[in-house]
Amino acid sequence: MARPVQSKSLTIEEGAFAAFLVLLALICIFVTAKADDGVMGFHAAVGAIFAALGVYFIFRGYSGRTMNVAQEIDGRPNYQYGPIKFGILASVFWGVAGFLVGDILAWQLAYPALNFDLPWTNFGRLRPLHTSAVIFAFGGNVLLATSFYVVQRTCRTRILGNVAPWFVILGYNALIVIAGTGYLLGATHGKEYAEPEWYSDLWLTIVWVVYLIVYLGTLMKRKESHIYVANWFYLAFIVTIAMLHLGNNVSLPVTLFSSKSYIAWAGVRDAMTQWWYGHNAVGFFLTAGFLGLMYYFIPKRAGRPVYSYRLSIIHFWALIFLYIWTGPHHLHYTALPDWAQTLGMVFSVVLWMPSWGGMINGLMTLSGAWDKLRTDPVLRMLVVAVAFYGMSTFEGPMMSIKAVNSLSHYTDWTIGHVHSGALGWVGDISFGAIYCLVPWLWGRREMYSLKMVNWHFWLSTIGIVLYITAMWVSGIMQGLMWRAYTKLGFLEYSFIETVEAMHPFYVIRAIGGALFVIGGLIMAYNVWMTIARGEAAESEARPAAAAAE
Amino acid sequence: MTYETVASFAQQYGLIYIIILFAVAVAYALWPSNKKKFDRASQVPLRED
Repeated sequence: MARPVQSKSLTIEEGAFAAFLVLLALICIFVTAKADDGVMGFHAAVGAIFAALGVYFIFRGYSGRTMNVAQEIDGRPNYQYGPIKFGILASVFWGVAGFLVGDILAWQLAYPALNFDLPWTNFGRLRPLHTSAVIFAFGGNVLLATSFYVVQRTCRTRILGNVAPWFVILGYNALIVIAGTGYLLGATHGKEYAEPEWYSDLWLTIVWVVYLIVYLGTLMKRKESHIYVANWFYLAFIVTIAMLHLGNNVSLPVTLFSSKSYIAWAGVRDAMTQWWYGHNAVGFFLTAGFLGLMYYFIPKRAGRPVYSYRLSIIHFWALIFLYIWTGPHHLHYTALPDWAQTLGMVFSVVLWMPSWGGMINGLMTLSGAWDKLRTDPVLRMLVVAVAFYGMSTFEGPMMSIKAVNSLSHYTDWTIGHVHSGALGWVGDISFGAIYCLVPWLWGRREMYSLKMVNWHFWLSTIGIVLYITAMWVSGIMQGLMWRAYTKLGFLEYSFIETVEAMHPFYVIRAIGGALFVIGGLIMAYNVWMTIARGEAAESEARPAAAAAE
Repeated sequence: MTYETVASFAQQYGLIYIIILFAVAVAYALWPSNKKKFDRASQVPLRED
């Protein structure tokens, strides 16, 4: 068919990103030369290389295309899948790496000699590497990739910009490289889940603003009159993470050429700000964002609309209004004023209702289609994720009650709780979405092997159960031993006696983690084989996919 | 203007403001005439293009 011949020209977008990256590369080279410490010199050099690569890719993209990118091809939206594919592959890679580091830490806790007495492999440095790799690298890439997919498909329009979505996904992964290498070299802000130093924070701010612009811009040019509920959750995630990131990282570098910075406030205010950030990272990164996945991928995979759209709206607003207040429950029995502790506890308990409303909404979407769970391991993964969501959002409010918290806080029970949410909810919903998306994006009929998906499902489920039951027993035992007194009023156990008692549970936990890692490796192989050898989908199914690159 | 006046203003009117906002959201979700719109919206992911 005759398409009007379009001339090609360097777009304003390409020019602006190229100019910005050239400038950034020059600044990085300057900082490398003037750096006060080795970490800053190394990171500025890495930044210069990444920025230069960005400029190269922009011009390669320009010289590779024959005309300006079309918004629609033959009346269908010309979806941009490139950045989504990159994000999915990156999440598989970071996921396996992050799970592996976590399991190494689990074995180190059981057998401390496994850190080999090296500074780079000690618990203090590897632990933020693990948490950041699984939350921000694995989870973050899943969120970026699925949000770009869901917003395009539910708005029936191509994403805003051609370079900008690439800038977001590559810029975000550059941040992960900078943050991760920084931890191993000993650069840290000392704030849990906000460890990256000030220059990484600035970089993330730039990436995140572009992300917000891309997302809002895509919503604004939508062809669908209603904004589908999954997009509301994604948008809440983007906006709130921006707010939390800016609020918790008000820090001043020692000099502009130093990797070290200090936060503007101190003491209990710093603690409160940190846990306002910390718990809302759970609430808006690990919950709201992944609920966006739930509201798209479960209906899509089950072939049924969400159980109650009304409930989904109430779920959304209740979650938004309540989550932001729950942070103080991390600071029970500290110097934080009592009223703030009680406030955090009450809001956490009330939060139980919207959480379970959402869980019911997700599970009931399957009503009339429950038989699909028998035959479709991908759907099973998505549904078990929602079950774990329900379980951990029951456990969380219970642990936030002060009396319960006095037993559970600082023990392994917390670690178990976090992992039932992180492995069960975030992990499984992400795996399910990856197993949906890989065939859709690469134009395959189905995953290379559903049998392997089934193996992954059972290995990870058994792994999670071993993990959390071991941590329940270990954590409650630890809490009880800490508060045990003798007849004369002395503490009955020394700290090291509690550590000794926990050893068998640490071994069980590490075995559970190993099963989870093996499941991840099976997924990586399956994804690879689907892309390399998968059976092509019927040609009419997704013609836009090939043209979208 | 002291800390106390600002705090009590924020606490009282913040409570009222947020409760009204939430009530509006719930009313929007449950308003009978919105039912048709929501039924259509829930089909969005299932429609292929």
